[in-house]
Amino acid sequence: MTTTDLSHTPLSQEESEEAQRYFSASQFQLIWWRFRKRRLAQTGALILLVLAFVGLFAEFFNPYGGTTRISDAILVSPQIPRFCNDAGCTLRPFVPGVVSKRNEETLRMETVMDPSVRRDIYFFVKGEPYKLLGFIEMDTHLFGLKEGAINLFGTDSMGRDLFSRLLLATRTSLSIGIVGVIIAFVLALIIGGIAGYFGGWTDYAIQRLTEIVRVVPVIPLYMGLAAAFPKEWSSTQVYFAMTLILALVGWPTLARRIRGKLLSLRGEDYVIAARLSGAGSSRIIGRHLLPAFMSYIIVDLVISFPYMLLSETALSFIGLGLRPPTVSWGVLLQDAQTVRAIEQAPWLFIPALFVVVAVLSFTVLGDGLRDAADPYQVSD
Amino acid sequence: MIKFLVQRTLGMIVTMFFVSIMVFIIMELPPGDYAERWAFRKFSGTGAQITQADLDNIRANFGLDRPAPERYFKWISNIVLHGDFGEAFAFQTSVNNVIGQKIWLTLAILFSTLIVTYIISIPVGMYAAVRRNSLEDYALTVFSYLGFALPNFLLALILLYISITYFDTSVGGLFSPDYADAPWSMDKALDLLSHLVVPAIILAWSATAFQLQTVRATMLDELNTLSVTAARARGVPEWKLLLKYPARLAINPVVSTIGFDANRIFSELPIVALVLGLPELGQLLLKSYLDLDMFVAGAILLILTFMIVFMNFLSDIFLAILDPRVKLIEG
Repeated sequence: MTTTDLSHTPLSQEESEEAQRYFSASQFQLIWWRFRKRRLAQTGALILLVLAFVGLFAEFFNPYGGTTRISDAILVSPQIPRFCNDAGCTLRPFVPGVVSKRNEETLRMETVMDPSVRRDIYFFVKGEPYKLLGFIEMDTHLFGLKEGAINLFGTDSMGRDLFSRLLLATRTSLSIGIVGVIIAFVLALIIGGIAGYFGGWTDYAIQRLTEIVRVVPVIPLYMGLAAAFPKEWSSTQVYFAMTLILALVGWPTLARRIRGKLLSLRGEDYVIAARLSGAGSSRIIGRHLLPAFMSYIIVDLVISFPYMLLSETALSFIGLGLRPPTVSWGVLLQDAQTVRAIEQAPWLFIPALFVVVAVLSFTVLGDGLRDAADPYQVSD
Repeated sequence: MIKFLVQRTLGMIVTMFFVSIMVFIIMELPPGDYAERWAFRKFSGTGAQITQADLDNIRANFGLDRPAPERYFKWISNIVLHGDFGEAFAFQTSVNNVIGQKIWLTLAILFSTLIVTYIISIPVGMYAAVRRNSLEDYALTVFSYLGFALPNFLLALILLYISITYFDTSVGGLFSPDYADAPWSMDKALDLLSHLVVPAIILAWSATAFQLQTVRATMLDELNTLSVTAARARGVPEWKLLLKYPARLAINPVVSTIGFDANRIFSELPIVALVLGLPELGQLLLKSYLDLDMFVAGAILLILTFMIVFMNFLSDIFLAILDPRVKLIEG
């Protein structure tokens, strides 16, 4: 339609090339061009990429393993790297040393910083052996100390390094979200696709079903399913069961959207043309309908991601989700469940910051993608 | 209107029927059965030996040897006909006893949260729409993002921490220690009311953020309608025309999502209640899930869902009264 309009308008060579490029661009190129103009969404995407990267190679970025207990380092407060102390400044960053001392008032053993002791930070140091990505055996860590211990985010009540645990938790939390979203998506695609394509009686039944699932409050429902996990299940089994639960309760919203979109596309001329040419149902859905709203689906996936993340965190927080020794953001936050715990060790609340940043990033990314994928917004 | 009411009531009953089946399935999910858990509770620590015959006896007593559909029918008909939710074995009393008072506390929390949500979101959302693209508008957008990204239970922890560190008071619980076990009186009610404020604000956090955006968006749409332009041309004062045309319509989507808000609030309730130490149904639900006290859990899940379905029903009726266009579609 628009191209015919163009042929009547006289255009300079340069303009028409630009216009040619615009009109011949594929849908994804168009989305990409629009997306490049959205700074906020790009920032979100960047943060998520960094989180995913760091999580994927957590063992390398970690100075310690997730369950390694550092002796004499119970509830150490975060050690902030610095370049200067009373003795002067150096190019090599260092952290103050940690000593155990008995509190005169409470008679509890406490760990305090000793600024006079300086522990140099070295890069690419040899440390605990680990398997990168599960199969490359290595023992080099990004940073570490030659003596003493470094706890950038402090330690928990068992003397485990919070920074190391947090990076491992990032991997678990993000991956559980991804797997959950994918399973929910497949379910939604099948069920929503059937409802939207066939319409009529099938549609009505499926609609009622999704309505019933949606009317029950989500977290109490998750809790009921999670409570049913046998206590003797291994942490891997619980992990996969969790992704299944997240997906099971997450599909109705996605299915509704897919159905709505399919219903509106079903009446399009090219679909009727395909049907008249004798194409079967699966071919019409797969070849004609799905590509037409692929971009919507991707946006919906990104938008539904933070729900999974938040649900997992909430469930693990109350002890019905993932269980130690698996670490996720929610599992880490279990240590900060009471005010007393936070009062004693405020740094145990740091994982909450990661949750908020990740969800915010997903939200702005989702919003940016949605705007970019909207074909009716040609103006920018 | 009568036809509309009957239709909606029937819809509500059908929905609750399917929900009850779902709840029953969840109750049946945990491994082991009620008899084993009951026997374990009763005899653990007494040194008594439990044989398979004993277990079978208990099963027969509770009717657990019957097929699932029959048990479901017995469970649901007891609830519907006698209002009897079964037995809470962890408490060694009936579910009704355990839940009783907590229903009212839960309703009190729900309504105070809804009130806080609407008192904030409706006027502020309208204001943001009128002052579109102003600094206040952007600040509210940021708040809306945070309302989603910062879960209520984390907000609760932060507020608790601040109140203890800087004000040296605790905001947890629903009653002051003096009133916790006291009989109901005016003073106790006032005490409850003052303790409801903080939980209500915390629970309203994300619902408010969400409704703000809804009100703002509808208001923006309505501001561009011809009726507003016409009123402006007639010389109607700006505040008057805002209240007369767009504001009235901007409330409709809010009314239509009361059930949705109730769902959101109940969804967040158990975890916030855990952090704040609120003695209501959500917290009890969590506890009974952890104890696998499934009759209590099932009853609570059913009651919470029923409240949501009922709120949906109410919002449909309100909407039909408020917005004449709805009736045309629904017949």
